Amino acid sequence: MGDSASLPVSVSAVSGTTAAPRHSALVRVTHWITTLCFFALLVTGGEIVISHPRFYWGETGNDLTRPLFKLPIPASRRLVPTGYAYVLRDQNGWSRYLHFQAAWIAVLTGLLYLIYGFISGHFRKNLFPAGTDLSWRAFSTKIASHLRFERPSDAEAWSYNVVQRLAYLIVIFVLFPLVIWTGLAMSPAFVSAFPATVNVLGGQQSARTLHFFVSLGLLLFVLVHVVMICIAGFRSRTRAMITGRAGTDKERA
Amino acid sequence: MTKISRRKMIKAGLAATAGVAGLGVAARIARGYGLIPPDHGGIYGLGETLTYGSQRLLTRHSLAREFPRSQISKPPFANEIEPPTDEFKRLQAGGFADWRLTVTGMVARPGSFSLDQLKSYPSHSQITMLQCEEGWSYIAEWVGVPLSHVLDAVGVLPQAKYVVYFSWEPDTWDSIDMGDALHPQTLLTYGMNGDELPVGHGGPLRMRVPRQLGYKNVKFITHLTVTDNLKRFGKGLGSVSPEYGYAWYAGI
Repeated sequence: MGDSASLPVSVSAVSGTTAAPRHSALVRVTHWITTLCFFALLVTGGEIVISHPRFYWGETGNDLTRPLFKLPIPASRRLVPTGYAYVLRDQNGWSRYLHFQAAWIAVLTGLLYLIYGFISGHFRKNLFPAGTDLSWRAFSTKIASHLRFERPSDAEAWSYNVVQRLAYLIVIFVLFPLVIWTGLAMSPAFVSAFPATVNVLGGQQSARTLHFFVSLGLLLFVLVHVVMICIAGFRSRTRAMITGRAGTDKERA
Repeated sequence: MTKISRRKMIKAGLAATAGVAGLGVAARIARGYGLIPPDHGGIYGLGETLTYGSQRLLTRHSLAREFPRSQISKPPFANEIEPPTDEFKRLQAGGFADWRLTVTGMVARPGSFSLDQLKSYPSHSQITMLQCEEGWSYIAEWVGVPLSHVLDAVGVLPQAKYVVYFSWEPDTWDSIDMGDALHPQTLLTYGMNGDELPVGHGGPLRMRVPRQLGYKNVKFITHLTVTDNLKRFGKGLGSVSPEYGYAWYAGI
């Protein structure tokens, strides 16, 4: 299957009732498990940050040292100098429990998806861009169309364009590995076994700061992802990711 | 059609049975190797068990990172402590000469140690990081007697699995498995940065478990109990932390 930007596909040829689902069952199930985990990780990660909304670079940092930057929010601990007269409720206990549980489920789900993606050819067919798509012209055409908030063609309901492909590849092969790595680099037990994982990042506080920024990167992806789905047709794209059926015609009517 | 779905059902049933049986066997083996944390029940039990079990397999003999003297935080950050009681002030005025560490439970020779006795044992010093679950951290030099030395002195029985430690502060206690208890960097700390351990940092005696977060490093240690069963202590979750919603294992 080629990309629509360079190789238009006849919609009727692929969207018949006998056609294979737009997204395979494994992609659909892992997508929604990851969505749930991401939401849990985002909320609990935010709660954990609130107990000390200051960020540092290097090995150590605390209320007595100068932060790299601080978030302009109150904290859930009394001693943190935030400039606010009040202290938020401590939510760290359940937040940490849920954060690590969601992380485990996300990592195991991600491993399953990776194995499937390589074995089934999902990455090769659906995510790795075709050589012709990697030209600057093809790329800039697509970016320009995105910036004009153009609704994608029907064929694009069946295949990802080059910008989408690169965004998904960055999330899967760059941001997710980075967020797992920087998370583990904060664990005193994990780094006792693998000290290089934190040393190359510049220290434990650097790992925490990087973890925060990579998480923001993932959040940015999710926001753009949802906006693009709304532009492309929220109901048809969400239905495709739940049932597997793409069906663009009804959406247009 | 019905034949296929029946075959499918039998297959699914067999797979499910095998899966449940496999999990049961895995749980038994994991328990045998001490890979199940005491707070494994409840909705977060899965994550806790995966974290504790996998980190135990990875970190059985690993050493916490140690740092050069130049990286010691000046001054170290002292978290809040309860205001000292009159009894504590009396002990402090006497230079903690009357401070006692009692050791009971699954030991051959239950005993009581003064600080001078503990200090007469070979001391160990380490420059390690103390990391709070909130996110802040500092590096300090800690001096103390390895917990393993005290455990040797009282003769831990072979069936022991955990060391429970109690603070002077009421309702403050925690526990570690024997892997951490016998770990060379686990110290009963009485010195810090070339001085006596300040009261603000848990002086005169603080448990130092550098491969776990700050809250496992309980201050004002007065009592140790060696056990093979954490169910007998508090609500049976291994420490007071899970009773407040915090994980027993804090290696992460």
